Order: sequence, then C-alpha cells, then structure tokens
Amino acid sequence: MTIAAAGTPPATRRPSAIRGFFPILRGLLFAVIGGLIGAGIAIAIRSAMGVDPFDRTPSANGTIPSTEQIVTVAFIVAALGWLLGVGFWESTVRGWLGYQIKGVPTDWRRYLTVSEDHKVIGIQYLATFIVVLLIAGLGAMTMRAQLSQPGNTLLSPDTYNRIMSFHGIAMVSVAVASVMGSFGNYFVPIMIGARDMAFPRLNSLSFWLVPIVIVSLFLSQLLGGWDSGWTAYPPLSVKNASGQIMFNLAIIVFGLSSILGGINFIVTIVKMRAPGMSWGRVPIFVWSVFSAAILATFFTQFFAASLTMVLLDRIAGTGFFVGQGGAPLLYEHTFWFYSHPAVYIFVLPGFGMALEVLAHLSRKPLFAYRWAVAAFIGIVGLSGIVWAHHMFVSGMPNALLGPFLVTTELISIPTGLIFLSALGTIWMGRLWLTTPMLFALGFVFNFVIGGVTGIFLADVPTDVSLHDTYFVVAHFHYTIIGGEIFALFAAFYFWFPKMTGRMLSERLGKINFWIMFIFFNLTFLPMFWAGLHGMNRRIATYQNDLANVNLFISISAWILGSSFLVFVINVLWSLLSKRAARAEANPWKARTLEWLVSSPPPVENFPSTPIVVGSPYGYGTGGRPHAVFGLAGASDEEVTA
Amino acid sequence: MTTMPLAAEEHELRVAHHEESHVAHHEEEHDRAGINRMGLWLFMASESMLFFAMAAARLYLNGFNGPDKGEVNIGLGLVLTVILLASSWLGYQATGAIERGNRRRAMTALLLASLLGIVFIGGVAVEWRTAEFSQNSPFGTAFFSMTGLHVFHLVTGLIGLLLAANLLRRGQFGPGDHWGITAVVRYWTFVDVMWLAIVFPMLYLL
Repeated sequence: MTIAAAGTPPATRRPSAIRGFFPILRGLLFAVIGGLIGAGIAIAIRSAMGVDPFDRTPSANGTIPSTEQIVTVAFIVAALGWLLGVGFWESTVRGWLGYQIKGVPTDWRRYLTVSEDHKVIGIQYLATFIVVLLIAGLGAMTMRAQLSQPGNTLLSPDTYNRIMSFHGIAMVSVAVASVMGSFGNYFVPIMIGARDMAFPRLNSLSFWLVPIVIVSLFLSQLLGGWDSGWTAYPPLSVKNASGQIMFNLAIIVFGLSSILGGINFIVTIVKMRAPGMSWGRVPIFVWSVFSAAILATFFTQFFAASLTMVLLDRIAGTGFFVGQGGAPLLYEHTFWFYSHPAVYIFVLPGFGMALEVLAHLSRKPLFAYRWAVAAFIGIVGLSGIVWAHHMFVSGMPNALLGPFLVTTELISIPTGLIFLSALGTIWMGRLWLTTPMLFALGFVFNFVIGGVTGIFLADVPTDVSLHDTYFVVAHFHYTIIGGEIFALFAAFYFWFPKMTGRMLSERLGKINFWIMFIFFNLTFLPMFWAGLHGMNRRIATYQNDLANVNLFISISAWILGSSFLVFVINVLWSLLSKRAARAEANPWKARTLEWLVSSPPPVENFPSTPIVVGSPYGYGTGGRPHAVFGLAGASDEEVTA
Repeated sequence: MTTMPLAAEEHELRVAHHEESHVAHHEEEHDRAGINRMGLWLFMASESMLFFAMAAARLYLNGFNGPDKGEVNIGLGLVLTVILLASSWLGYQATGAIERGNRRRAMTALLLASLLGIVFIGGVAVEWRTAEFSQNSPFGTAFFSMTGLHVFHLVTGLIGLLLAANLLRRGQFGPGDHWGITAVVRYWTFVDVMWLAIVFPMLYLL
C-alpha cells in the first residue's frame, strides 16, 4: 500500500469506473477460486515434502494437521481473491503494476465496491455492524432460551458453547468497530474540517477485510465451530474442533483491519485539521477516537501474535502452549495485553460520543474539557499496565497480584474525570430530552453501575470468589451494552439525520429507549445477584435454586431484544416512507462542523476549507461561532488564537 | 497563517482538479509527504509490536522451562546479518540515486538489494534444514516462529522492492517524486532492524 500512495500516476483523463458484474459477487467468486487454488497449493506442498496430503491421523493434540494446513492456505488465498474481486484489483493493484487505475461508480453502486469516500465507508461499516449486532443478539436470545430453566435440553452443551463463543466474538467485533468504523469514519474528517481520511484507499481496505471475518466465522461452523469462547484460551483452543483455526485466521484479519484503521485515524487527526483547529478546539469525540486509535494501532498486534501462536501449535507442530515445554499462561498474558486495552477501544469512543451529545443537547459548554482530554490520554497510558487483573486466579506468581490491583484501581481516576465532565455539563443545563440525549443519559447511569461493580473485580480478595461467575458477565455487559451500545444508539439517533437527510420518529425513538433502558437493567442487574449466588459463566445450566431469577432474566432479555425491532422499524420507516420528515442542515442547533453543511453533506464535505475560530461548545457564551467559511468572519489573530 | 488568503483560490483549483480526476481528488492541499511518512512510521511501529510479542514469548518460554538453547550456527547467523545490512545499504543507495536523478544506478541498487534478500532467505532455509532441535522444543518453537515471522516480512518487503523496480522501469519516479522507492526501502530497513534488534539477539545470543 505504501507504493500506491506515490505510484498512482497523475490522471490525465477521467479514468473509467470499475465495471464487470457486481463487485461483491465477483469477490465471492474469486474467493471460491482462491480457496481452491490455496487448497491445491497446500496439497502440492505436502506432496512435494513427501507426506500424504490427506493424512487423517490425529496429532498428539487430537487434531488433524493435514486438514488444518490445507484450510489455512486456502483461507489466505481466498481472502486475497476476495479483495481483488471486490475492486482492489482495479483500484490498487493495477497502480502497483504501473497501469492506470480505475475509479468507483458514483451512483448507489459505490456502496457495494471499494469506495474511497469516508462517508460511504462509514455507512458500509454501520450497515454491516448493525446486521452483525442483530445476528449476535439472536445468539444471546437463544442462550437465554436455554438458560430459562435449569437442566434445559433445548441446546446440547456443545451447541451452547458454540453459540456462546460466536455471540462473544461477534459482539466484540461490534464493540471494536461499530462506533469507530461507522461514526468515526463518517464524522471525524468532517469534525476536523478535512475532506477525507489521510489514506482513503487504506480506509476502504479496512472495511473490506471485515466481510472476510464475518463469513469465516460462519464457515467455521462447517468445520465443527469452536467452543473456546472469544478468548480462545489454550490448551483447549489447540485441541478442539478445526473450526478454531478459522476463528484464529478470521480474527487475525480483523486485527489487521483494526490496525490499519487506527493508523488512518491517528494520521488524519494529527495532520489534516482545518486552519485554526488547534488541539484545544478539537471536538471531544475526535479526541476519544484518537485515543482509541492509538490503542488499536499498538496493542492489536498482541492479539494477532497470540492467535498466530495457537495456529502454529496446531498446523506447524510448535510447542508454545502444549507439549514438553508449553506454557498456556503465556497466551493469557499476550492475549490480555491486547484485550484489556481493547475494552477501552470499545468504550472510549462511547465516552466521547456521550459527552458530545450531552454538551450539544444541554446547550452548555462541555464541562472540564481539558480534564476530559487528560482523562482519555491517562486511560491510554494506564491501559497497557493492567492486563493481569483478568488472571488473578490463573496461577500466575502471587507477587503480580498487588501491582495489578493498584494499577487497575488507578483507572478509576481518569474514568471519574470523564464522569465529572458529563455531570458538570448537564448540571443546570437546559436539557433537550430528545432520543439521543436520553441514550446519552442512559449511558451515564449504566456506566456508573458497570464501573462501580468493576472495583470488586479489580480487588483480588473479592475477585477470587467472583471470578468466572455471572457477576463478571453482568459487569462487562453494563460497561459494553449499557456503555458503548447506548452511546452507539445516541450517536445513531443524533447523526442519522445528517447521514441520510431524514429524521427518525421521536416517538418510536423514545419507545425504543425506554424499553431498552428498563429491560437492559432488568436483565443484567439480577445477574449480579445470580453471580454472587454462585452461577458460573459459560455453562449451559446452573443449580436449581437459581431457576426463578434466571427465568426473570430470560424474559427481560427477550423484551430487551424486542426493543431492537422498534429500532429497525423506525429506521426502515424513516428511509422508505414518503411521509418521513426531511432533515434540515442543523436539526439539533449544534455548533460543530458537520452541522454547518447540508444533510447529507456534499461529496467534498465543505464548500471551501472551513476556518475554525472558536470553541465547538460555546453555547450561551455569546462568543464566536466554531467555524466560518471564507475569510469574511476571521481575522488572522482569531485563526491562530 | 500566511497561506490564508490563498484558500479561496486553492479551492477553485481543487474543484477544477476534482472535476478532472476522481482518482487524484484526495491529493489536496495537505502535507501529503508528511502524511505518507507518518503513516509508514506508525505502521512500522505497530509491526514492531508483533516482534516484541514474539520476543516476550521467547523469554517467557525460556523462563518457564529454564534456559534453553539449540545448536544454531552462529557463524552463519553473522554472515546473514552482514548480508542483510548490505542489502539495506544498497536500498539507501537506490533512494540516493533516484534523488539525484540517476535511474540506472537506482535500478541496479534495488535489484541487488532484492538479490541479497533472496540470499538471506536461502540462508534461513539452510538453518531450517540443518536444525537439530525439534520444532516442539521451547527453543525450536521460538526459533522457527521468529525466523518464520521475519522471513514473512522479508518476503513482503521483497515484493515491494520488485514492484518499485518495475515501476521505475516503466518510467515512474524522479528526483522530486520517489516516495514509492523511499517507502519500500524504509520498510526493508525496518525488517533488517527487527532482525538485528530482536530476532538475532533472541535466538543466537541469548
């Protein structure tokens, strides 16, 4: 990709657009062909090395190495085939080889190929991850059906574990990429006054890697799925069904997508801010995406490394985690070294989003802006030294318990600052209780519960008995659904008018919020109680005396699930009905740059480069606007102020 | 902000440019060279974390099992290191040559750098063939995975060098426009540095 940046020949005439039949169908076709070629290569290599290509004898781990080697090579070539087919051949590789590259269609078909417009990519991410969210949610509904009574035989234990694992990783991918990928891509460039991301083609690559991940997670079910949860700890993940390797390969690809996206955000935010957009005037959502992008860029490699080590143990016979010198705890260390920072990748953009909505809809400047920024930076700094609090009962050396307890508790200081900022912002404000505001307030409420219960899990004495119980399940669902997903919905209701030019129904939006908020709490609050009474995570049944509370949780969960139907109806009605209200440029009377252009914004984002002359949150202060177009409103001092 | 009065004019130009070419429409008033450089540095920093993770695994296995060292050929290791350094030096010769407009010299340097890369990969293949430790032992695990990871990066760098050489042959790049060559050479050096700073010490010296 580095060559393409310069290798693109200066176009002398308008290049022809990507043609041929539907890029996605062609991508699928190329993926199938690539898979067959890859399998052929693997078989040829095995034959050349003098081993039976289809050897079915199990290894010492009980797996079939020949199948898994063939699947691995087939996966890699199929992934390349998919990328070439979906449009990167025309848009990128031709340029690497020195030929004229082709553009992307400008009509609706741009959503189905490698568009380089950050707004198109944002919508591609949003649509994809809403679908993944709903599918993974169905997994949760199925699990609650199984858990509605003890000893239920609806699902076999193995099926339950596979659904639980799928639900876990699919929701983690939603958490990683839904806010950053969709709203980050769509709004960060506009909010800083840029025309696009720093590397538009890389941006489209980040997105088009995602379908590989999702399809592979489904295909892995054909190979027996995987039952090791989203954490995929060895030695189980070295010994279970071959679906596990599809999981590992898919998540390595997802990590690549995440890293490329992170780099793109960092460079965009550092290098492409409009004139006058000093670091003190950057909207808080941009700061939060910046912090999360730093985490994604530097930590994701550790997950990739962990998964690669498991993969090598399975297909290359190495001994990281099994065999004479294997050390399974090594995996937990490298895995959590990414996966704890990952929870901040989930939630920091959620924080930023909630603060953004709270400020605009309280009609007040964001309280303690600088402290909130410091908190984001502080969380980035601390996130790398807290990972082993996931391992208090793993058998790691006792000397590590104290330090990780202390560093983990330290995280509550920056998190507290963000809360201070949120509460100070709504304090004495004139709250405009629209749907996005309700979701942002719901976020604040839920995250308090999620945060406070985290303290018990950070403290070694309590964690030793709470570890692997439903207390943990309740805690992280409070932070991730109650936190990030509520912020995702706040963002969705806040920005949908800008992205589509249509308003959502406020009435349906409020119904959506209240069902979701009430039944979210009724689902997960009792889980703390169940966990305290000894209900174990990741198990398809539980002791009989927890039957009532689990039935209550299941019913609440199904109603919670139904609130998403209200959401889907609202979106479809708004998009399809002729009676749905059109959105004006600035329905919320907000100040940031995206509200200064039409809904949806023009392809170039701005009529001319905006000049930033004031704070994004100067509500009620009678001061300067946030930005002006052209020179009429700005003197030199104002621009550099 | 002395550039400010130009903004409107620049916009006109930009719109005109945009009408002409959709492909080039992202290349606008921003510091494109700085953006490219920063992106590449971040990518290399991120990739180095992968090597750090493997180094952590090597040290962890070492600590878990007690010191373990296979019979590696340190002489061959040193020769390979020198080959890699020479290859990097040749890469920089290519960058320097294209800066001065000497395309022929740049071409020669790129091809020689690639050739030395291939020789290096051959050397690693010899190490793999002659290794007397099992890939299942703690040292073997670290050895095969770290050298394998490094060779994987080397192959991607090699593809980059050859693509750059091909573009050079087709008449691209010149004294003011050689980011493609600079970038692959910088990446190539990064792969060398990973060998020198992590893979070689962790496997041959530890």
